[in-house]
Formats: sequence, C-alpha cells, structure tokens
Amino acid sequence: MLSGFAGQLLNGLAGASTLFLLAVGLSLIFGVTRIVNFAHGSMFMVGLYVAYSLAQWLAPLAGGAAAFWLSILLSAAAVGALGVLVELLVLRRIYRVPELFQLLATFAVVLVLRDAALAIWGPDDLLGPKAPGMKGAVQILGRQFPQYDLFLIFVGPAVLALLWLLLRRTRLGVLIRAATQDREMVGALGVNQAWLFTGIFALGSALAALGGALQLPREPANLGLDLGTIGDAFVVVVVGGMGSIPGAYLAALIIAEIKAVCYGIGAVQVFGASFSFSKLTLVVEFIVMAAVLIWRPWGLLGKPQGMVRGAAAAEAPIRPMRRAGVVATAALGAALLALPLAGQAFPYLTVLMIDLLIAVLFATSLHFIMGPGGMHSFGHAAYFGLGAYGAAALLKGLALPMELALAAAPLVALAGGLLFGWFAVRLSGVYLAMLTLAFAQIVWSIVYQWDEVTGGSNGMVGIWPSARFASKTAYYYLTLALVGASVFALRRMLFAPFGYAMRAGRDSPLRAESTGIGVIGVHWAGFAIASLFCGLAGALYAFGKGSISPETIHVGRSIDALVMVLLGGVQTLSGPIVGSAVFTWLQDWMIRATDYWRALLGFAILVLVLAFPQGIVGGLAAAWERWRPPAAAAEGRR
Amino acid sequence: MKTRLLATLFAACLFSAGAQAQAPIRIGELNSYKAQPGFLDPYKKGWELALEEINASGGLLGRKVEVVSRDDNGNPGDAVRVAEELVSREKADVIFGGFLSHIGLALTDFAKQRKVFFLAAEPLTDKITWQNGNRYTDRLRPTTYMQTAMLVPEAAKLKKKRWAIVYPNYEYGQSAAATFKQLLKAAQPDVEFVAEQAPALGRVDAGAVVQALADAKPDAIFNVLFAGDLAKFVREGTTRGLFKDRPVVSLLSGEPEYLDPLKDEAPEGWIVTGYPWYGIDTPEHKRFLAAYQKRWNEYPRLGSIVGYSSMMSLAAGIRKAGSTDTERLIAAFKGLKVDTPFGPMVYRPEDNQSTMGAYVGLTTVRDGKGVMKDYYYVDGASVLPNAEETRKLRPAD
Amino acid sequence: MTALLKVQGLRKTFGGVHAVEDVSFELASGELLAMIGPNGAGKSTCFNMINGQLAPDSGSVALGGREIAGRPPREIWRLGVGRTFQVAATYASMTVVENVQMALLSLHGQLFRLWARAAALHRSEALELLAAVGLGQRADEPCSTLAYGDLKRVELAIALANRPALLLMDEPTAGMAPLERNALMQLTRDLVKERGIGVLFTEHSMDVVFAHADRIMVLARGRLIAEGAPAAIRDDRQVREVYFGSGRLVRTAHAAAPGSAAAGTRAAAGPP
Repeated sequence: MLSGFAGQLLNGLAGASTLFLLAVGLSLIFGVTRIVNFAHGSMFMVGLYVAYSLAQWLAPLAGGAAAFWLSILLSAAAVGALGVLVELLVLRRIYRVPELFQLLATFAVVLVLRDAALAIWGPDDLLGPKAPGMKGAVQILGRQFPQYDLFLIFVGPAVLALLWLLLRRTRLGVLIRAATQDREMVGALGVNQAWLFTGIFALGSALAALGGALQLPREPANLGLDLGTIGDAFVVVVVGGMGSIPGAYLAALIIAEIKAVCYGIGAVQVFGASFSFSKLTLVVEFIVMAAVLIWRPWGLLGKPQGMVRGAAAAEAPIRPMRRAGVVATAALGAALLALPLAGQAFPYLTVLMIDLLIAVLFATSLHFIMGPGGMHSFGHAAYFGLGAYGAAALLKGLALPMELALAAAPLVALAGGLLFGWFAVRLSGVYLAMLTLAFAQIVWSIVYQWDEVTGGSNGMVGIWPSARFASKTAYYYLTLALVGASVFALRRMLFAPFGYAMRAGRDSPLRAESTGIGVIGVHWAGFAIASLFCGLAGALYAFGKGSISPETIHVGRSIDALVMVLLGGVQTLSGPIVGSAVFTWLQDWMIRATDYWRALLGFAILVLVLAFPQGIVGGLAAAWERWRPPAAAAEGRR
Repeated sequence: MKTRLLATLFAACLFSAGAQAQAPIRIGELNSYKAQPGFLDPYKKGWELALEEINASGGLLGRKVEVVSRDDNGNPGDAVRVAEELVSREKADVIFGGFLSHIGLALTDFAKQRKVFFLAAEPLTDKITWQNGNRYTDRLRPTTYMQTAMLVPEAAKLKKKRWAIVYPNYEYGQSAAATFKQLLKAAQPDVEFVAEQAPALGRVDAGAVVQALADAKPDAIFNVLFAGDLAKFVREGTTRGLFKDRPVVSLLSGEPEYLDPLKDEAPEGWIVTGYPWYGIDTPEHKRFLAAYQKRWNEYPRLGSIVGYSSMMSLAAGIRKAGSTDTERLIAAFKGLKVDTPFGPMVYRPEDNQSTMGAYVGLTTVRDGKGVMKDYYYVDGASVLPNAEETRKLRPAD
Repeated sequence: MTALLKVQGLRKTFGGVHAVEDVSFELASGELLAMIGPNGAGKSTCFNMINGQLAPDSGSVALGGREIAGRPPREIWRLGVGRTFQVAATYASMTVVENVQMALLSLHGQLFRLWARAAALHRSEALELLAAVGLGQRADEPCSTLAYGDLKRVELAIALANRPALLLMDEPTAGMAPLERNALMQLTRDLVKERGIGVLFTEHSMDVVFAHADRIMVLARGRLIAEGAPAAIRDDRQVREVYFGSGRLVRTAHAAAPGSAAAGTRAAAGPP
C-alpha cells in the first residue's frame, strides 16, 4: 500500500513536468503582455503534430535516436516561429484596445489552427514512436516504471532551471521581469516593447510546443488537445501565480500529485456506496484553483499585481438614445414582431431567431457585469446552465407547469450567482475571471456526474413547452417578449443609479468607497442580477430545445459569451446585442456553407478584430464620430 | 472520377425519366463531423456510397433521393436547431445520424416532439431504445448493453475471480461497467471486482491509472477506454507489464478506428468487439468491400458499415412503406428486414432496435498492424432481452 | 473654538517599525491645518487612519465628539468627511456633472434604485457645486477629456457634495503647475471658509503650505515635533533641524517666490 502511494507520487512527478511545460509559456506571455492567450493549447497541439511528422520524415535520414530528439527540438523551434507570426500579424495591431479584446483574436487563432491541423494531418489519432533508448521500464519499488517517465521527471526541473538562469542572468530576463512587474517601466527603460512582446510570444509558444512534442511517446496527437489542455494550463498559471516560473512548477506538481493520489486511492466505500476517487480527476484542478484564489488570490508564489492602467481610451459616458436610435429600435421591434409572417417563405427563420434572441440575452447579461461592472466572468455559462437545469428539474422533478418552471428557473441561477458572486466580487481582473471559470467547471462536473438529478453526461430530455407555447411561432413570441423586456430592463438599470454605482466601482474603487459606495456590495448585486437574467436565457434555451446536457455549462459556452460581447464591443450598450446576433448568424451560416467552418469563422473574427478593434458597435460609433457633418456633431454635444 | 459521376448522373436520368416530374425524396442527415472526424469521415463515405447505389438503381418509389447533410457543432442544442432546419427549411422527409449519446437522445426527443421519423445511426446509449425510447425513433447500431453482453460469455469462460474495470467517466463508460458487472456476476457468482478506475474522457493519466490497476492485483481486466485514451492506456500498460499474464476484455477495441492507430503496438490476445474487414468472407461483405474500396480508394472502418447500413435501412423502410409519411414509416420499420454488409438484420418491433451484431475475437499483430483473429459474428438478436422483458424497459408508445 | 476633529495618542506599527507614534492634535471648523514632514515621516499613515483606510493600533480619532477610528471609509464619509486624493480619483466614464451626482445619489441612499434615470436626479444641486468650483460650463463633458487641474476641481466638488464638516486633502496640488496650485488652494480656502469646513491636508509644496494654512503640524519619524502658526513653524529650531535641514524649504521657496508672495498677500487679506 505504502509503496503503491510512493509509486503514484513518482507518476505525479512525471505528470508535473508535462503540466509545467504546458503552462510555463502561458505564464510568461501573460506576465509580460497581459494577454489571455487561448491559443496556447493550440501551440501545444501543433507541437505534438509537428513532432510526429518530423519524426516520420527524419527517421529514414538520421539514426533513430537522432531523428527522435531532433524532431522534438525542431518542432519547438517551428512553433516558436508560428508564435512570432501570430504576434506580428494579429496581436501587434491590437495592443492598444480595451482589456481582454486580444482574447478574441487568440480565440480566432484557435479555430484556424484546429482546422489547419485537420486539413494537414487528417482526422485520425496519430501515435508517435517510443523514445529510442527509453522504450522499456525499470524496476522501482517492485513496479515497472517507464524509463521515459523517469526522463520526464527531470525535464521539468531542468527547463525550470534554464528559465531561471535566463531570467536572472540575461538582459532579456531583466526586461521580462521588469515587464511582468510594471509594463510601463519597460517603455521608460527605452526598450522597444513590440520587440519584447514578439520575443516572449515566440518563447512561450516554443515552450508549449516542447511540452507537446515531448508527449510524442505518451499520447497520440489528436484534434481535441487544444481546448483539452488550455484549461489545465490556465489553472497551473493562476495557482502558481501569474508570471512566476517556480510557481508554475509548484502548481503543476501539486495538481499532478493530487490527481495521482486520487487514482491511487481508487474506489472506497462511503456510507455503503462505492465511490471511485478517480472520478474526482474530472474537476480536482479547478477545486484547487478555486481554493487558492479564495485564500491567496495572487497565487502560491505570485505577487499581488498593481493595477494595469488600460492602454485604451476611456469609455464614453452613456447617453440615452437619440431620436434616430429610438426610431431604429422601434423599426427593429416591428420587424421582429412581423417576422413569423414570413414564416411560410422562410420556415427556419423563426427557429434561428429563437436561438439568436436567447444568445442576445445571454451576452447582454454577461455584458452587464463585464462592461459596466468591469467583472470579466469566464464562467457565465454556469448561470445559463443553472437556469436550464433549474427549468428541467422543476418541470420533471417537481412536475411544475412549464410557465411556472420558466418563471422560477432564473431563481436557481440567482442562487448560484449569489453564492459564487460572493467570492468572486472580492477579486478583480484576471483573478476574478479565473475564479468564475473554476466555479463554472465545478458546477459542470457536478451536473456531469449527478445522474439521479441531472441525467449525468446524457442530460435530460422531454423539456418541452406547454401546449400554449408548443408551436414555434408561439414560442418565438414568448422568447421575444421575455428577451425584449429583459434587455430593456438591463439597459434601464444601467441608466439608473445602480448602473452608475457599478460603473463608479469599476472606474475608481477608491473614489467610490470614499463617497459612501460599498463597491463589493454593489458589484455583488450586479453579479446576482446578471445571473438571474442569464438563468432566464438558460431556461428559454431548455424549453426551446426540449433537452439539455452538461454542454450548456461547458467552458465552450462561456467562451462563446465572451466572444459575443467582445465582438460587439464591451464599451457600448448595444455591443452585446450586435455581437451575439452576428456571431450566432455567422456560425449558423458557415456550418452549412463549408466543411471548414471553424477556420472560416476564425478568419471572419480576425477580420472583424482588425477592422473594429473596439468591437463592431464601438468601431462603427467611432467612424461615425469622425465622419458625421459638423452640425450634427454640435447638436450631439448638446 | 468525373466520368464516373457523369455516368451515374446519366444512368440516373435514364432510369428515372418518369421520376423527373416528381420532386426527389429528401433525407436530412446530421452528425458531429467536426467534433468526431475520426469516426464520422468513414461513416459519411459509407452513406454516400449507399446513396449513389440507390440512385443508380433508380432511386426509391421512382424518385431520386437527396441527402442534406449538416454538422451539428458537437452539442445537443445546436443539433436540435439543425434538425429543425432540416425539417422546416430543407423539407426533409426523415432524418438520420447522430454519434454522441447525449445528442442522440436530444434528437430522439426532438423526433417525438416534432413527430418526425429519426433513425439514430451511431449513438450507443441504451436509453435511445429503452428508457427514453419512442415510436418515432429507431436505432441501427448495437447498443452498449448488447456489445457488453457479447463479451460477457468470453469473460466468464476465463474463470477469473478478481476483476478490475477501467472506463471513461461518462454515461457510456458507466453503463458499460454497470452492465458488465451485472451480467458477469450472474454468469459467475463468485466474481469479485477489486478495482474501478474512471478517468475523465480524453484525459486519462495513463501511468497513474495503470499503476492503480496493477496494485489491485486483478486476475483480469475489463476495459471501456477508447480512442486516444486507449492508445495511452495500451502503451503505458504494456511498458509497465500490466497485461502480462492478465487477460483483458475490451469493448470496441477491435474496431479499425481504435485499433489502427496502435500499429504494431496493438495488444496481443485481448478479447474485443470490432470489425475485421480484412477477413469477413460472406458474399454480402465482399461485395460491399469491393464497392467501397473502388469508390473511396481506402479500406472501410466500422463507421463505413454504420453509414452504409443506415442509408440502406431507410431505403428498405421507404420501399416497404411505399411512402415517406412518418406514420407509415414507423409501421414499416416494425420488423423491417434489411440486408447489410454484416448480413440480414431486423428492426425489432418491440423496441425499434436493429439486430445488427458485432464481431467478437482476439487482437493480434500481423504485418505490423493490429488486427482481430479467431473472430465470430454475434447476432444482435441473441444478446437482446426478449420482447416481454423489453417492454418493461421502455415507456409505452 | 470647539474641536471638530480631535486626534489623541494615535499609533501604528508596521512589522516593528513605528510609523506613527502618539500623535495628538485638534482641528476646528473653518480652519486649514497642514500636515507636513519629510518622506517617511508618517504623514500618509496618519492621514489614512483618519480617513478610515487603516485601523490604528491604538488611539482615538473623534469627529464632533464621535469616535471614528477603525471605521471603513464609506461610513466615515457618511459622518461628514469629504476627501480628495493625491492622484485625482474621478469616474472617467461619466460626465463631469454625473461625477458629482454620483456622490449625491450615494448621500441620499439611492444607490440600489434600479429604475429611475440617474442623470435626472440631483442635477441642479450638482450643477451648483460645479459652479462653485468654476466648472459650471463644462458639466456635460466627459470627465476623461478634462485637464488635470480641472479634474482636481471636480474632486473638490465631489468632496463638497455631502456638505462635509471636515475635508481631508491628500497632496491637493500634486502634479499641478504653480499658478494652478495657488488658484486651487485659494478656491478651496474660500469655499471652506464660506461653509465653515475644517480642512486637514498634507502637502509637499511649501509655498502652498505657508501661503494657505492657518496652522501647520510637523511630523518626523512618526512623531509630532511641532505645531503652530506658519510664522512660528518657520522659526522653530527643532523643525529646522529635522526637516528644513534638508535644504528643501530654501529651494522650493526660491523657485516659487513670486507666486507665493502674491498668494501670501491675498491669504493675509482673507478672513482670519
């Protein structure tokens, strides 16, 4: 038994090296550039694919061992170059935009790289060769332990030591550390910041690729690795402390060891029921992250970070709609009311519009806290899912009528929002983002495994609206009415003292607190309100689909919400509406238009990102400001 | 290729001159092509081949057949919307497809709500035909229960007392493990389950799992991992000597989709369900194999069989019904006989489940490739509960 | 004079270092009291204990006879204490008048109203405050477009919104040009004298201090070493030793001589 645990600790060490290599580049990139780089997992994936191909090509040319190790190093170099390309072509153009906007660009890169990998390497899993000279196992504690795993145990600390030397002993290292602590200082030192960013992106990408390539003998290259690894990478970075290299290793070690021990404990009897601890591995890293963020928000070895002063221009004051806006809104409303009349000619339109309207409410509720509240929730799907599952459980479990279930379901999301928000609003910036993500993942894993109540991974079916709303047209009107009223209410709240108080807390917590505004309380209330409306969107979704599954809570849906808000423009009130409509429509259209819709969607987002660095609405508004006739400008000022 | 296509078109024109006046039969198809390309690419080639054969022989009911195929974005919500689009905008008469169980279930329920005929092609979950079954939905592929039941007699023959189980932590894995325990316990009452590992799907930490299994000192192992998880498990388990002198019974591992990536590292002597396309010498399979290789210039996977047989099932159903009317199709599928590359099978009237079976055999390595040997076909009908028991498993229509 | 603010025996230690030790003083309504001292003298710590950002280890801070030490800033504000910051803290996404309205909304306990239009509430009162600080014409401009000196005026208007009895100003003229400095301080002086508000401020610029303060306290190494009228402080031997020995006063005084002279005269001509 004891030697079994010792063996599992060894396994954990090997796992820790893998996790460390995966995450350390992300930590560097975030530390220096403050970019939340979703494409980091893609670099890991591409690293593994490239290493696989190189190993195939080089095997006949060089000796087995030489070919293997060369392909790993070359893969890291190649992906480092890819990182340079991404930085130069995309990110460099959008550093001076509202915070987090770069996230949208990296998300597009994920989509493009996924389809590129599919086109180049095909859909099948590709299992690489074993490492020459390390194919066997050695006897440790009476167990066979793979030689390659032993090697991996040393790779992590070795890379850690090399990076430490780089950071402590070179000029580049000094710059990286300076930039991590205070980005503006680097500019003051007279260093070309753009060059530093390119370099750090190359280094970070190469490290991710190295991590991927070193998995060649352990894991088949496959297309799910990008989003499959990015969550773990973020967890390690946050737990260890943003920008802290030793922290990343420590975090990787803790998480890998906890997982190994979970497997080691295996099935145990709890109150007569058998529970396999291995099931905990689904979520254990997110539990660790939530605990660390609550206890020590800046991570185990990180330092509390100073406020990053935004490089972007301040948000413009909100103004009530001008007459043109009111007229346009009324026209849109009339068109939406009349839409089912076109149902004969375009029968699918109603169906698509229901989804689109739900997406609008989903995105608008996220914008409510993300824009005016400055709280970037990365786990907004949690409240969507709680609403959806709440509706399903009330309908099926308590046998409530559909109308009551729809009305009560948002309260389930509200409860979740109150609970999670209580912790989240105490943090800010990326820490808040990661804590909300952790909560969402925890909710997801509970829903995923709680068969009796949620139907587990299969979800629940038979959640259809009552006879009154059974037809698509009736349900469309129900959705339109509820979404329209909700969007109006959310907007109205932003013009009300409460919305102003939320913005006050975001703009200057110092000023707010010293004029009697309890920022935490206000933001908590905002979080709760957003989760309530998000829950309504979830409930509408459940009845619109007739079935729900854990996907309604999955991180992918949270990312969708972020993308929609950022695409429309986080600094504008109509941004989320436009963003969600464009995103939903683009995706629906492209899925039908081409097999490579992911890449196409990715390119479309990239084009929008580069053309409208403040989001679509933000960009159009700015263009209008520049172009409109002087007379109109004068009137606008009044 | 181009000339072939032209020839097909020409033939279609010739044979169905009378059908030109009529609109083609429209079949909607949806699947998680982008999320599961490894399995679904061959699946698509399978039904495309069948569709070409059907149209080349004059279509159905004198009408040409068209399939409108869509990606469902890998999630049930979008799948339901896509299904709605197929039915309302594309005016599909019937729909088929599905791979992931939760999407399959969502579509099953959608079919019931919209009163559309749905043939679930791939999804394995028992619930599609049992707990959540409905009259609008039929399913082709042998279910988790069926495939597990096919392996249990072989497992019992091993006469091993201490078993360890490893499965991916979601419904398919859980239900396979539960079925295996239940059926093996019935067949061999003294059996003991000494370890149970349920790593997250697609994220198995193979080293830790293998060691935990080995530490439990089982006499035999039942494995439900597949795809990338399987590759990791096999390599790690081989290196660590887990499979030495320890029989392994493994679900689906003989399917080319999962066995081929292992190449010469495919495990030796595992008892698996699968598809030995290289050695099935029934005339119906030989004909299919030749046609498939000619059309696509590659060998078929199990997905190809599923795709091909789905299309052929719909064709048989529509012919028997003499219409694409939903009610008549439902009636036609009750006891519908279909000839597939695996031989004839029947859609059981009691639960709308086809009796398609699977091959059970041993894995081995031949010419640097993993293959199955000593295999035999198990008819699905032989492992399904009888009509009376089935009725208890299923809500009344 | 009755004491508006009464500070007694204030102490704060950071990891064994005595940042503030046994500081006691009083401040009357309508009085401008400057707190000066070299860097690290404990000015900021002292200041932050009075405004609620830090809790003292021991000692008492009484506002109009009510103990406020250890209470959070927003409660202290509700008791009638206004604040301005070293780096102007305003709401960049709001207009100038909305910045002031925000404080008024808070004052009237209307922060959690979800439906009323905020822009219409307390607007006239906010405009009056802006007029008082000379920004009446710019009320509807975005705050983010204002020059730094004007931001300081906005802050002043915000700080006056709850009709405070006491105004705490942390380096009110930091980052401003000399002419602007005196204009702002003169404005402050006029406003507080008119409204009978007591002002406690820290300041680096000696010409500002000597031109506008009624009374000056000097802190060194956490202790209060001198307190009195500007003239008395200027002549205090101990102050010269520990503080002016740095030569700081001489330099600053020379650099800003003309402005300070002018301001000084005006100050002398103002109300006592």
